[in-house]
Amino acid sequence: MRASSIKSWGLAIALVAISLALSFAKPTFLTVPNLLNVMRQISINGILAVGVTYVLLTGGVDLSLGSLVALSGVVAATLAHPNQHALAVPVLVGVLTGTLCGAVNGLVVTHGKVAPFIATLGMMTVARGLALVVSGGRPVSNLGAEFTRLGGDVAGLPIPLMVLAGIALLAFVVLRNLRLGRYVYAIGGNEAAARASGIDVAAVKLFAYSACGATAGVAGVVLAARVTTGQPNAGVGYELDAIAAVVIGGTSLSGGVGGIGGTILGALLIGVINNGLDLLNVTSYYQAIVKGIIIVGAVWLDRQQNKS
Amino acid sequence: MSGAPILQVRNLCKAFPGVQALTDVRLDVAAGSVHALMGENGAGKSTLMKILCGLHTADAGEIRFKGQPIRASSPHEALRRGIAMIHQELLPFPNLSVAANIGMGREPTRWFPGWIDQAALARDATRVLARLACPLAPQRRMKDLSVAEMQTVEIAKALAYEPGLLIMDEPTSALSEREVEALFSVIRELQQRGVAIIYISHKMDEIFRIADTITVLRDGRHIATRPASELNEPQLISLMVGRDLAPTPAARDSRGDPALEVHRLTQPGKFRDVSFTLHRGEILGLAGLMGAGRTDLVNAIYGLAPASSGAIRVHGKDVKITNPAAAIAAGIGLVSEDRKQFGLVLPMSVQHNLTLSSLRGRWIDQRRERALADAQIRAFALKVTGRHQAVVHLSGGNQQKVVLAKALLTEPDILILDEPTRGIDIGAKAEIYALINRLAGAGKAVLLVSSELPELLLLSDRLLVMREGTVTAELDSHQTSQEQILIFAMPA
Repeated sequence: MRASSIKSWGLAIALVAISLALSFAKPTFLTVPNLLNVMRQISINGILAVGVTYVLLTGGVDLSLGSLVALSGVVAATLAHPNQHALAVPVLVGVLTGTLCGAVNGLVVTHGKVAPFIATLGMMTVARGLALVVSGGRPVSNLGAEFTRLGGDVAGLPIPLMVLAGIALLAFVVLRNLRLGRYVYAIGGNEAAARASGIDVAAVKLFAYSACGATAGVAGVVLAARVTTGQPNAGVGYELDAIAAVVIGGTSLSGGVGGIGGTILGALLIGVINNGLDLLNVTSYYQAIVKGIIIVGAVWLDRQQNKS
Repeated sequence: MSGAPILQVRNLCKAFPGVQALTDVRLDVAAGSVHALMGENGAGKSTLMKILCGLHTADAGEIRFKGQPIRASSPHEALRRGIAMIHQELLPFPNLSVAANIGMGREPTRWFPGWIDQAALARDATRVLARLACPLAPQRRMKDLSVAEMQTVEIAKALAYEPGLLIMDEPTSALSEREVEALFSVIRELQQRGVAIIYISHKMDEIFRIADTITVLRDGRHIATRPASELNEPQLISLMVGRDLAPTPAARDSRGDPALEVHRLTQPGKFRDVSFTLHRGEILGLAGLMGAGRTDLVNAIYGLAPASSGAIRVHGKDVKITNPAAAIAAGIGLVSEDRKQFGLVLPMSVQHNLTLSSLRGRWIDQRRERALADAQIRAFALKVTGRHQAVVHLSGGNQQKVVLAKALLTEPDILILDEPTRGIDIGAKAEIYALINRLAGAGKAVLLVSSELPELLLLSDRLLVMREGTVTAELDSHQTSQEQILIFAMPA
């Protein structure tokens, strides 16, 4: 059996066990409204986590995601006032904003030969500044109902959740069935060998960073719709939550190992635990402590499994 | 010369997931003796050595060193007891100096604990390098050294521990003749002082020159221990593989049409004005010492580091090869000398490694990919638990076969093999020799780079000799000798 599938199984079992425990402790946990609430809460983090999985698989990192969420949310919001444009305009421009910033990250990493940590750290600050410039430092409010509906439900299902499902499925198929996806793994596993195998390493990395930026754009649009404002200060620290979900999901920070399935499980695990702690009336101070322990604990368990 | 056993190993067992690596292995090594440990890749030599030097823990069995039972749990503990190992794969600190590498872990201090005495560190390094007849400056950065120099530093590092047992795993694989001689004289000196040495090598001539005793392992079991004087090469080989191997003679009608023409290829500082023609169905050998520019030359032809001037023609047409993708498109395949760095994506599965260079189109045809992988696994008799096994878990010989099988899946007309048998055992070697002959017989043009002259003489039709970046001779392999090749290869 493949190592990655064993890992995912362990995580899935942990998720089920925690859910069962929670449903015994708090019967309200296992109700449709509460579970939908969990899904709503993990959507943004899940979307970002799927994107950053690509970058982590190549052996890189993206610290600019939180700022990109703010920038694309603000950009989308300024185009989403009532009766200003068709719905497609703010959505597409918002997503495009994230994609372009991601592409800049990719170009700085591949052609500028700047370490991903530094390149995206720079973008984190630049994009935050741009979000403040575009919005004049104030939240962009008074958004059209058509736009804000994107943050709500349709037929009883949260739209952000459906967006996450769509993006995760797409990302999964690309990684599994496209040559491009295979090359993402190859580059993370051994960049020199990938190059010697005839792979255009720069192009594949550029794709990974752009795709990651695109998911930040999507997350920014969805978040702006949900909170009905474009917040220039939104998304602070989101990149680390996303990376946490990916790492809990078994993707190696050094690249080449992991996948979307684990990332989704990781995001779910964080969401379920946050929700459970809320239901158990644990304050957010303690929630932060628990989340930190889970991140390290999950990776530690993973190491133990790999050793044996 | 040999005395009481300094090392006694009894009934040692070790299993890894899916493999029983060692079963009831025993080994006695006398102080002051050179004990050769022989066996094919996967025979369990590396596992045994890694247990001795504390990298692995045995499942069962007993190890006694100087009469004391040991269960070394870390390399640090093993070193403290006097067991040092020179690993086949070098583990240098590339950004530190030679002296810092040699002194790593036992830096001399002064003034107060933890303050490194840099002068003493350099002095110690110089002293131990002098014993190896190696004139390296101790302040040089590790990353600026050649592979041979790095290997010498590794040896110096182990010697600096003044070990009672020194384990050498393929210590000469990257050394020149002169450096090998220096190493052998160090080994003899250590012997005089009662140091026991376990010596692992695939080079038969070295084994018979240096070893007193030979132990053979096969499939994780102890097969035989004999004095070296009571064995000859064919006997030893048949103990190792459990059958007799006949060398494959090169018998072909070589020389079809020109497949690859290289004209005045130059890369300043690496090689200059290199011209040759490689024909279909021909095996052209490329001989030379380490640093003669052979690897730089083939990397340039393959587009890994394109030459700055000169021309390459494939099947009579000028081609511009600026990257490996262009080389593959032109029908050129390369098996690199360093399979772990350039050949394999170690955490990836066998299947995904095999097809990495030959995927076409946007979508991966999973069924076809599986079929290709299975076909290559069969054709190359790869010892794997399945196509999903990660290549990092394969033995060296099997890894090398994966690299070859991968290169062949791109269906190259021209195959460049850079040290295709480095660090692999004699059984796998014979298989690869047979394969190279078959490929040439099927009309492929093969450029074979090797540091093993017998291998070049056995396989190739013609030989080019390189020295300091230029081609110094073209020889007929059937009418030349190792001595003659060396005359053209040695710096004047």
